[in-house]
Amino acid sequence: MRGNASGILHPVARGRGGVAVSHNKNTKDCEVVRMPAPQRVVLPMQQHIGAPCEPVVKVGDKVAVGQLIGDTDKFVSTPVHASISGTVISVAPEKIANGRVVPAVTIESDGEMRQFEGIEPPKVNNREDFLAAVRASGLVGLGGAGFPSHVKLNYPPEKNVDTLIINAAECEPYITVDYRECIDNSWDILTSIHLIKQYLGIKNVVIAVEDNKPEAVTELQKIANQKADTDNSVNVMVLPSRYPQGAEKVMVLSATGRKVPPGKLPADVGCVLMNVASTAFISRYLKTGRPLVSRSLTVDGSAIAQPKNVRVPIGTCIDDIIGFCGGFKAPPFKVIAGGPMMGISLVSTNVPILKNNNAILAFAEGSARIKPERDCIRCGHCSQACPMSLTPTNIMRYVKANDAEKLKKASVMVCMECGSCSYSCPAGKPLVQYMVLAKNIVREADSKK
Amino acid sequence: MSDTVLNKPTVSASPHIRSSETSTGIMLDVIIALIPAFIAAICLFGPKSAAITAISIICCVLFEFISRKIMKRSNTLSDLSAIVTGILLAFNLPVSIPLWMIPIGAFFAIVVAKQFFGGIGQNFVNPALIGRIVLMVSFPGAMSSWTNALAWHRDDIDTVSSATPLATLSELFKSRTIDSIDASSLPALQSMFFGHRAGCLGEVCAIALILGGIYLIARRVISPAIPAVFIGTVAVFMFIASKGNIYFTLYELLSGGLLLGAIFMATDYATCPIRLKGKIIYAVGCGIITAAIRLFGSLPEGVSFSIIIMNILVPHIERLTAPRAFGEVKEKKSGSKEAKQA
Repeated sequence: MRGNASGILHPVARGRGGVAVSHNKNTKDCEVVRMPAPQRVVLPMQQHIGAPCEPVVKVGDKVAVGQLIGDTDKFVSTPVHASISGTVISVAPEKIANGRVVPAVTIESDGEMRQFEGIEPPKVNNREDFLAAVRASGLVGLGGAGFPSHVKLNYPPEKNVDTLIINAAECEPYITVDYRECIDNSWDILTSIHLIKQYLGIKNVVIAVEDNKPEAVTELQKIANQKADTDNSVNVMVLPSRYPQGAEKVMVLSATGRKVPPGKLPADVGCVLMNVASTAFISRYLKTGRPLVSRSLTVDGSAIAQPKNVRVPIGTCIDDIIGFCGGFKAPPFKVIAGGPMMGISLVSTNVPILKNNNAILAFAEGSARIKPERDCIRCGHCSQACPMSLTPTNIMRYVKANDAEKLKKASVMVCMECGSCSYSCPAGKPLVQYMVLAKNIVREADSKK
Repeated sequence: MSDTVLNKPTVSASPHIRSSETSTGIMLDVIIALIPAFIAAICLFGPKSAAITAISIICCVLFEFISRKIMKRSNTLSDLSAIVTGILLAFNLPVSIPLWMIPIGAFFAIVVAKQFFGGIGQNFVNPALIGRIVLMVSFPGAMSSWTNALAWHRDDIDTVSSATPLATLSELFKSRTIDSIDASSLPALQSMFFGHRAGCLGEVCAIALILGGIYLIARRVISPAIPAVFIGTVAVFMFIASKGNIYFTLYELLSGGLLLGAIFMATDYATCPIRLKGKIIYAVGCGIITAAIRLFGSLPEGVSFSIIIMNILVPHIERLTAPRAFGEVKEKKSGSKEAKQA
């Protein structure tokens, strides 16, 4: 994998399907501003995919920024750290954005944002040290998935991983924090890339950006060429802006031409994917030892008074963040945690920001367009839009018939719920919901066996 | 911050944005695409074409409204599909048709072919074609009495009956005198292209139909696969059958209802395969059956029947061409390989 004269790589393969969403990257020129410490933060013990943490502090404890407050000995998990300094006022279940109630530690601020004294850069000499450090940092996939990064990087050596793909596609509309990361912290990204290369022995690195972000491409390429890259193994790839370009399997196909089989991981085809912001964080952590206690997110939408990119302590209440952005300028019709294609619409804004939240969007009446539902006209737009080659209209029929066998045959488990089918349906069918129902029917049928 | 629960939140599943395309918009595009052919019909066959089209639309809309009411189903008139069916049915009728026959065709199109099977998207055969075929077998005389285009301008309105070019072509082929095509009574090719010939209301003006087709393809309402493959297959067969006579082939393509059928009827969403591979198989089938009926059948025209026959086969085509999901490998092949190795 070598770059051409200009150093820009072009996609190796083009995935099928996808939809042309409007980008609405309104906040792309808003530099990330740091939000002052809120009065209190709620830190759920599960902000990642995997086992929840056990709280290691109790009510009344004084904690400082970066202090460990929750951990577990399970492998697929990641520790939680205090994001502000102050006093632990409760260790009890709290509600999070998706409506679930999970154990959490609530800290009241002392207003000082005092750093924890025990913080020092980790000593890293080999692969094991490196992975341990990534785990200790509390890092998860910051692009939305929330998968523990140390698990992702700890692939078995026999997988022969030869390509690291840095995902800077940011294909969801509105969100611009990954773009800001590319512009503002490109050195961190490149430093991290070389660290991962060094400790994991990955040969090629592809930094994948959609073509609607030319400034990010220029910036990343400048750095890629400057940084000691003697064998020209780090290259920027420009991908067509087509949702869901940033989805794991779609990205692996575009960058390498390899198809991840159903139920498998990118490592099974020799690839590791990292979100660009997660990547940049690794080098900062190795330099300073400061764990993941804050994150950037885009606050935008027609109901937000002052759209911004903000850096907030993890666990900050969404109310406080909207307040920092000038509050609502119009009555909010819908508030979404995440992007408009895959985000969760909120019942309450009194929930904390988690490590994997990359946006808060609030829309006034009218701008969150929902079509009335009509009969399917079998136009096939859903199957043309599906990046996984499924036929959502048929799957909807099988769900209505509760036919687990046909659903299994239709490979519904491959669906990643990207929303392209619902987006494109002229009859306004909630196809993604049928896909989720379909997966439940298949799981149920499998568990009965 | 005081606000804990949003005032009247709308909570719904993702995605929270949708494309602006609607079923009604798609049907409207089809109606727009049919306008050139409608104008051509009025110019070529006179104001009675407008009356036939209007009656057909009104009948289709009424039958749709009444049948949904009786079956206690929601009112679906606003999706405009009944209007599309009405126009297409009218376009498949000769201008000399007695007006009282139109409701019969509309009844079979809307009530029997469409609503009995669940309404829009559920019909397994093209409703307008069922209407046409019912009329054709019930009233073969009225359905095959042709008026020359532009005859209405002269005084001899409705009196000049003539053979359609297709009938002439069929005779030429059957009597093995294709080479005498120039000397036959066929209109010039340009006349065929602009619709100056005998035929159904909407099928005669090739240029108007092609314009409509280009509009539908440009608006991405239909994929070019079905019309291109359908017409292409007929062309190949006619070229071979006439031993390479290019005139005969061109006449065949411009005659009868091939363009109307290939662009507007075979592409009906509910009755054609969803995926490209299926569409190609379906269109090849339409082409072969059309050519076979035209060359060897006792009827001069086979487009309607070919589309209806392929409509019925669509579920099987879909099953045979079901795509593999992303990253899935052919199970059979790897299985047989393993079996061989074992």
